[in-house]
Amino acid sequence: MSCFLSNSSLGRKLVMSVSGCFLVLFILFHMSMNLVAIANAWGNHPFGLNYDAICEFLGTNWYALAGTLVLAFGVVVHIVYAFILTFQNRRARGNVRYEVTVTEKGVDWASKNMLVLGIVIVLGLALHLFNFWSKMQLVELLGHEPENGVELIRETFSNWIYVVLYLVWFAALWFHLTHGVWSMFQTVGWGNDIWYPRLKCIANIVATLVFLGFAAVVVTFFVLSLV
Amino acid sequence: MALKLDSKIPAGELAQKWSNHKAAIKVVSPANKRKLDIIVVGTGLGGASAAASLGELGYNVKVFCIQDSPRRAHSIAAQGGINAAKNYQNDNDSVYRLFYDTIKGGDYRAREANVYRLAEVSNLIIDQCVAQGVPFAREYGGLLANRSFGGAQVSRTFYARGQTGQQLLLGAYAALNKEIHNGTVKSYPRHEMLDIVIEDGEARGIIARNLVTGEIERHGAHAVVIATGGYGNVFFLSTNAMASNGSAAFQCYRKGAGFANPCFTQIHPTCIPVHGTQQSKLTLMSESLRNDGRIWVPKKLEDVKALRNGSKKPSDIPEEDRDYYLERRYPAFGNLVPRDVASRAAKERCDAGYGVNETGLAVFLDFKTAIERLGKDVIKQRYGNLFDMYKEITDTDPYEQPMQIFPAVHYTMGGIWVDYNLMTTIPGLYAIGEANFSDHGANRLGASALMQGLADGYFVLPYTIGDYLSHKIQAPKVKTDTPAFDEAEKGVREKIAKLLSINGKQSVDDIHKRLGHIMWENVGMARTKESLEKAIAEIKALRKEFWQDVKVVGTADSFNVELEKAIRLADFLELGELMARDALNREESCGGHFRVEHQTEEGEAKRDDENFVYAAVWEYKGMDKEPEMTKEPLNFEFVHPAQRNYKD
Amino acid sequence: MNFTLKIWRQKDAKSKGAFKEYHVKDISPDTSFLEMLDILNNDLVHAGEEPVAFDHDCREGICGMCSLHINGHAHGPEQGVTTCQIYMRQFKDGQTIVVEPWRSAAFPVIKDLVVNRSAYDQILQAGGYISVRTNSVPDGNAIPISKADADESMDAAACVGCGACAATCKNGSAMLFVAARVSSLAKLPQGRVEGARRAKAMVAKMDELGFGNCTNTGACQAECPKSISIAHIARLNREFLSAKFED
Repeated sequence: MSCFLSNSSLGRKLVMSVSGCFLVLFILFHMSMNLVAIANAWGNHPFGLNYDAICEFLGTNWYALAGTLVLAFGVVVHIVYAFILTFQNRRARGNVRYEVTVTEKGVDWASKNMLVLGIVIVLGLALHLFNFWSKMQLVELLGHEPENGVELIRETFSNWIYVVLYLVWFAALWFHLTHGVWSMFQTVGWGNDIWYPRLKCIANIVATLVFLGFAAVVVTFFVLSLV
Repeated sequence: MALKLDSKIPAGELAQKWSNHKAAIKVVSPANKRKLDIIVVGTGLGGASAAASLGELGYNVKVFCIQDSPRRAHSIAAQGGINAAKNYQNDNDSVYRLFYDTIKGGDYRAREANVYRLAEVSNLIIDQCVAQGVPFAREYGGLLANRSFGGAQVSRTFYARGQTGQQLLLGAYAALNKEIHNGTVKSYPRHEMLDIVIEDGEARGIIARNLVTGEIERHGAHAVVIATGGYGNVFFLSTNAMASNGSAAFQCYRKGAGFANPCFTQIHPTCIPVHGTQQSKLTLMSESLRNDGRIWVPKKLEDVKALRNGSKKPSDIPEEDRDYYLERRYPAFGNLVPRDVASRAAKERCDAGYGVNETGLAVFLDFKTAIERLGKDVIKQRYGNLFDMYKEITDTDPYEQPMQIFPAVHYTMGGIWVDYNLMTTIPGLYAIGEANFSDHGANRLGASALMQGLADGYFVLPYTIGDYLSHKIQAPKVKTDTPAFDEAEKGVREKIAKLLSINGKQSVDDIHKRLGHIMWENVGMARTKESLEKAIAEIKALRKEFWQDVKVVGTADSFNVELEKAIRLADFLELGELMARDALNREESCGGHFRVEHQTEEGEAKRDDENFVYAAVWEYKGMDKEPEMTKEPLNFEFVHPAQRNYKD
Repeated sequence: MNFTLKIWRQKDAKSKGAFKEYHVKDISPDTSFLEMLDILNNDLVHAGEEPVAFDHDCREGICGMCSLHINGHAHGPEQGVTTCQIYMRQFKDGQTIVVEPWRSAAFPVIKDLVVNRSAYDQILQAGGYISVRTNSVPDGNAIPISKADADESMDAAACVGCGACAATCKNGSAMLFVAARVSSLAKLPQGRVEGARRAKAMVAKMDELGFGNCTNTGACQAECPKSISIAHIARLNREFLSAKFED
């Protein structure tokens, strides 16, 4: 059974679906955590939550590190499989391409551009790791004192270039999720003509929530930096 | 030397003949089956089901088709359904009634024993197809649904929407795939049989052309089965697929197999009328439409004129000014009379000047009454795909305005002569399905072609071929390096070379269209002595022209569609003449064959049971020589031929 | 009506092809697309040139033989029809029409617009059937099948095997074709018996033949001449995954 996940097209798709699902869940978690930072920025502490406390909690504890490793594994699997699938698909497509191509009726642009969107997301991720992770968890791992989370956010998003880059990143993520979320259901076999509109609606809601949640942090801190 | 025709019809009671025969014929042991090779040409319902069943039995089967996949044979286009005497509707159907309807529908020109066997195995076909996963229409209770068809007063037609042929063929094709997977059948798509090889008077194999590479191949076998369908495309315009042709059957005829009743052609009443000179084929609208549609033309000629110049729409013509001529002439069957009767009645009205379109060659098929009675939704459910297809082609919405229909060539009842075992006059050469002549007489009832193809392939041939092959168990593999193969291959190569070398001025299609015109005008729905003699002379002249003036571009050793068409047309040009000759010989009207000289005062077909209760079997004597006819008398022991009556 | 045609011409599988431009004149709007090509071909024959090779047969939308990619669409601009059901009235007078063969590694070009689709046959040979022998079956009414199931099976069985799905798919995936067969049989009790075996065998063959991985774009169902839904792909996924997890 282990081999069908790599040597069968449907197995490979299952890996994409499950790893994607895992990443969606992580993103939702990350987003809700970020929202705490916004609240803190205005001086509120909903349910007594403190962004800095969360950052500390997710510092270099074994569970945080284990979580980070699992997460990194998920990301790597998702990316590696994406490249394998795309390579195979291009080969299956053949060398000669159509002279005229169109977007077929009912086909989302995102669904045909998942790899491109994915690459944009990875680039955004690299920037994000450089901006934050390298100055927080990584430095802590190296034995230094991590920077303060909220302060780091404040500093980063006072720069309009980062604001624009991050918003582009989130937009790519939005497109990626509008297809990815319903597609993962389809891949595991949950879909029919009644459920497609519903699943696509759920996908759009998830993607939009994620976009708004993340963008809110960026925009809030940018606006705060202006006043 | 006249043909020796032994129909091998078993003695005994009608209902016992087939069982008795099966008990009497020999079988081949599994160990010996493995040593025997069979070639099946054609993968329609007959060919695919035969190849699959023979493979299952353990024979080595090679199956050939001209399309890129066995699944594309023209059986796929059958829309309406398949008959069986299941009596699921409790309307007093029975094997006997199906037999009787079929033999009567065929105007008493088919063999009783064959038709009875067909009706007998019809029920097995339904069971077989259901088990293969054919998604027949079902009722809410989960049981199989039925619909009515022309020529029957019971509801015995099983269907899968408007795609019954497709579904049955996919079933047979699946069975074939199973055997290809098991290694008992080897498939040769894009291969065309160009000659049959006879050695010591027995079929030994075929010469085939690989249509992709142009390579000429030899294939040997202990028996050859021809399942290549009918030759309706001799008319150029027909409901047959573009590549459907009579060439494989014609090669058998050329090599000595008898060809029976070539003039029996079915003209289907409900086709979309011809719209222009560039049309390539005609589209059939399923006969099932006549279940709910009513056929009419205006009563008044001024309405006809108004319709033609567009000043009136069909819906403007009030009920009392409409002539529902089938209901008027045939009260008992109404719109559900057999095809030949419905076609002729349409022609009669159009000839009298009541045709409803610009060409004067169309009548209405109207669903107004049915839509009022059942509602648009029910009609949509029943015929939705057919209505869509009609709209697609004609750009008129049949829910709003009645359909226009006109008869078109659809099926050929005539074909290679076979005995009760489906063997031709050449030992080891079999013909099944539309390619043979056996079951439909002078007219085929709707939903019976699918039945015959599958009956022959699943339930008849696999038994009867054993009787012949049981004598071949000592025979070694057929060698293909013999003089007979050499000669056949040489003939094929010469023919191809000749066609490519003429380099005349007319394309294959130019000549084919002219042949079609001659056939339709003179050997079509109404035939006279004069028209037939004219056709024979004109076809001869056209054939000569073909061999002097055809232009076939391309090469022999490549994918060359023009060459394929030219080879087929060469045979059509002989077959057309044979059809006219047969029609000329048959001085009576029966089923699809209507001789104007022979009609009743009311204009119905007038059979001559004194002189023509026989199958006319023709023997080839050379391209420009008159063929010789031998009669196979038809003995009606159990039913008594009577004037067909669909009036009361 | 007049048209400019840009048609892919390729001598044989080994040769390199290229587009060639043709002009057709005085075409009646009621002419079908293939009849328009017939007219062009007849002119070409008269001019001593090789006609354009294209696959076609029944010309009523059921055999699945026709396979042209017209102006970016498999089977032309109209939805839910095959190439042979396209009529010239659907184009604008004077329009340029680009005609290409299916483009997919699994469907190599044989000549001009004709491709080799035997891969589809091979997939069905791997398991697209119910293993019953002739004449060893129960009565047709022995197993009741709900109308809904029979209808859904029929929806999938409407597939004509034309190849438009794989030809359209940017991934060269044959999933809709495979799913249609698997799903059609999976909806019937007769087909359930070897359902797991069938799904695995057909998917394995599809992969072996080099078809791509489905990414659920849905382009296949948009271009399918029989409008077969990707819901059948979901069913295939279910069938396959449950079969694999049972192993």
